[in-house]
Amino acid sequence: MARAATTTDAFNAVAEPRRRQIIDALAEGERPVNDLVALLDLAQPQVSKHLKVLREVGLVEVREVGRQRMYRLNGRSLKPIHDWVQGYERMWSGRFARLDVVLVEMKETEKEEDGDGGSGK
Amino acid sequence: MVAVASSGTAKLTLPADDQIHITREFDAPRHHVYKAFTTPELVKRWWASDLGEVTIAEIDLRVGGTWRYVMVANEGMEVAFHGEYKELIENERIVSTEFYEGAGPDAPPTVNTATFTETDGRTLLTVIVQCPSPEVRNMIIESGMEHGMQKAYDYMEQVAISLQA
Repeated sequence: MARAATTTDAFNAVAEPRRRQIIDALAEGERPVNDLVALLDLAQPQVSKHLKVLREVGLVEVREVGRQRMYRLNGRSLKPIHDWVQGYERMWSGRFARLDVVLVEMKETEKEEDGDGGSGK
Repeated sequence: MVAVASSGTAKLTLPADDQIHITREFDAPRHHVYKAFTTPELVKRWWASDLGEVTIAEIDLRVGGTWRYVMVANEGMEVAFHGEYKELIENERIVSTEFYEGAGPDAPPTVNTATFTETDGRTLLTVIVQCPSPEVRNMIIESGMEHGMQKAYDYMEQVAISLQA
């Protein structure tokens, strides 16, 4: 299936590595575009282009502060992606919870072996 | 990288459109975590999560050696995966292919890299699942979604039963 050239949803918007960098930077707090330009080492027109895409899908919001435009992340718009991966992530969380139990037992077994004058390997 | 989901302490990110990245810290030295990943009796105890039971875990732990896990899901369905070890550094790194046996004979595998890093007796596990295409990556995540939904339904059913009692 042909993909639309323009980005129409959060999934497509985060498929671009530079846009993910912008999202990560904004996850730490609101920033003006100059900050992002310096951080990403990209020309301002490129950064602005990415910001425009992110704004169109609602991932990023902007407000005027004096003469500056401040960009911030809208966490709620990441929810569709969050929901999408949640089941898969839950499977791994379940595996790891069980692995925790196995690891505790391994530690105890090792201690017992040490107590028995084992090699303590 | 965008952290798109995190429940418990496992963190799942999607660093590229054909990758899945999972990290988790364990309160255990890395030789234990590595052992739990490479010993059949131990794999059997955790790999199925709470979705079913691992009935077969075969591990031929050498480069070029193969592994195969079979799980019987709680709903009775059998799912099997196998692959080959591509790189092994004891207690540090496992690179292996993974074929899902339900996907058909021509389906390409994912390449999974597990890295174990120890700091102050705790181990950070990183698993990178490199998929042959974005479509396969999405299918893998959606298969998890089904499991997740199934679990949700199971819990709902339990709640409903307890309310009747």
